[in-house]
Amino acid sequence: MPVLLEATLKSVVLIFVLLTGFAYLTLTERKVLARLQARIGPNRAGPLGLLQPVADGLKLIFKESITPAGVDKPIYFLAPVLVAVPAIIVFAVIPVGKGPAFQLASEINVGALYIVGVMGVAVYGITLAGWASNNKYAALGGLRASAQVISYELGMGLSIVAVVLMASSASLADIVEAQMPGNILGWFIFRQPVAAAIFAITAMAELARAPFDLVEAEQELTAGFMTEYSGMKFALFFMGEYVKMIAVSALFATFFLGGWSGPFVDQAPILSVVYFTIKVVACLLLMIWTRATLPRMRYDRLMGFGWKVLTPVAIANVIVTAFLIALGVPGYQ
Amino acid sequence: MNPDLPVLIVLGAVSVASALGLLLSRNAIYAALFLVLNFGVGAVIYLVLNAPFIAVVQVSVYAGAIMVLFLFVIMLLGAERLSPGENPPGMSFQRPLAIALGGVLLGLALYVLFVRQPPTTATALADSSPMAVGLSLFGPYLFPFEVVSILLLVAMVGAVVLTRNR
Repeated sequence: MPVLLEATLKSVVLIFVLLTGFAYLTLTERKVLARLQARIGPNRAGPLGLLQPVADGLKLIFKESITPAGVDKPIYFLAPVLVAVPAIIVFAVIPVGKGPAFQLASEINVGALYIVGVMGVAVYGITLAGWASNNKYAALGGLRASAQVISYELGMGLSIVAVVLMASSASLADIVEAQMPGNILGWFIFRQPVAAAIFAITAMAELARAPFDLVEAEQELTAGFMTEYSGMKFALFFMGEYVKMIAVSALFATFFLGGWSGPFVDQAPILSVVYFTIKVVACLLLMIWTRATLPRMRYDRLMGFGWKVLTPVAIANVIVTAFLIALGVPGYQ
Repeated sequence: MNPDLPVLIVLGAVSVASALGLLLSRNAIYAALFLVLNFGVGAVIYLVLNAPFIAVVQVSVYAGAIMVLFLFVIMLLGAERLSPGENPPGMSFQRPLAIALGGVLLGLALYVLFVRQPPTTATALADSSPMAVGLSLFGPYLFPFEVVSILLLVAMVGAVVLTRNR
């Protein structure tokens, strides 16, 4: 099969899976949150409420798409796209399963750096949406978003550096291979617990989800950067946020939970996709659980925590990891 | 003919167009975004030249970190628009200086293109892998690397001192 055709087909399948995943992730979140708050959640559209995402989508399509007065039109329309696209293209380097059939570009030796780059570019959409909306709540949300993402990006990058040191490769396919010395203790969550914790915290801050959702703190900023967006443009923001949730869960699974590895993957490679999906879903549920449990942080605490706690700890972790590898401590060669 | 040539011509056109957009835009936000586009095109050119490491570093350092800060500052100051006909203050000496420096850059580019032997694709590929870059940074170029680190540290200390209110 020609390379271009193969890549196109894989991308189409990936986007289809991600969009379906996004639709049902919104439903899962609403249902799980409801249960955690002793409610029932959406249960009217279809059996068990399973058609709720379809109803939501149809509603958003038929909503009037309002363009407020005084917006900067080109940037106002560009911003939702800039949020949705980086969320999807992160998946280019994530190995979804064993073997090249389930991988797009996981082999490239700059995969981890690529992720840091794409995550960094993702903040443009939010910042520009806030600026172009001609609304002070949106502008404040956009400013908060850029400050928050810049502050937490550093910790995230450094936690990935520790993983790259452990695998001695920046290719995500090699990072998965490096976690398979035959048992579950090979996973980097056990060999790099500090990096795993920092990655989990910074990922949630990059997503601007509770307890780090100051970007769209409803009580203070109505909806932050998306205050002035309606209809399908709002839906794009929503999609970007949820696809990014799936993306960081997939990254956490790849970096720290052994990626697609699991029993019997050599006999039946399709099992690897199943294991990967289970790990991703587990991370997603953990994120929803966190949102239902923790209150929002105060803004100065958020900044202080990022710069005075996470970043120094992440730097120390990189130094210690480098020393352990240089000394050849068992488990760190 | 080199099969990458059409791609490089298109990329070059986009690069020049975005640079012109940066220079001629009357809105600082647009200018910043044109610069991001320019960095993006640069990254794609590195990719075409088989240097994915440099391409990704270009995106994550320039587009991902530095330009976001630029945008942040422009938005925070709220002084992004120039009224028509108005020139930014302090431009009088900048134009001749820019022309002179641009001439120097052009001369250097011509020297590299016509006098020095260009590296072949194979050596370029070997030189641009993350490991090769790391080895040369911590090997033959260790001293300049450390000098740059200290320069950055000094800038950081300066920023901290300037923003301390006491």
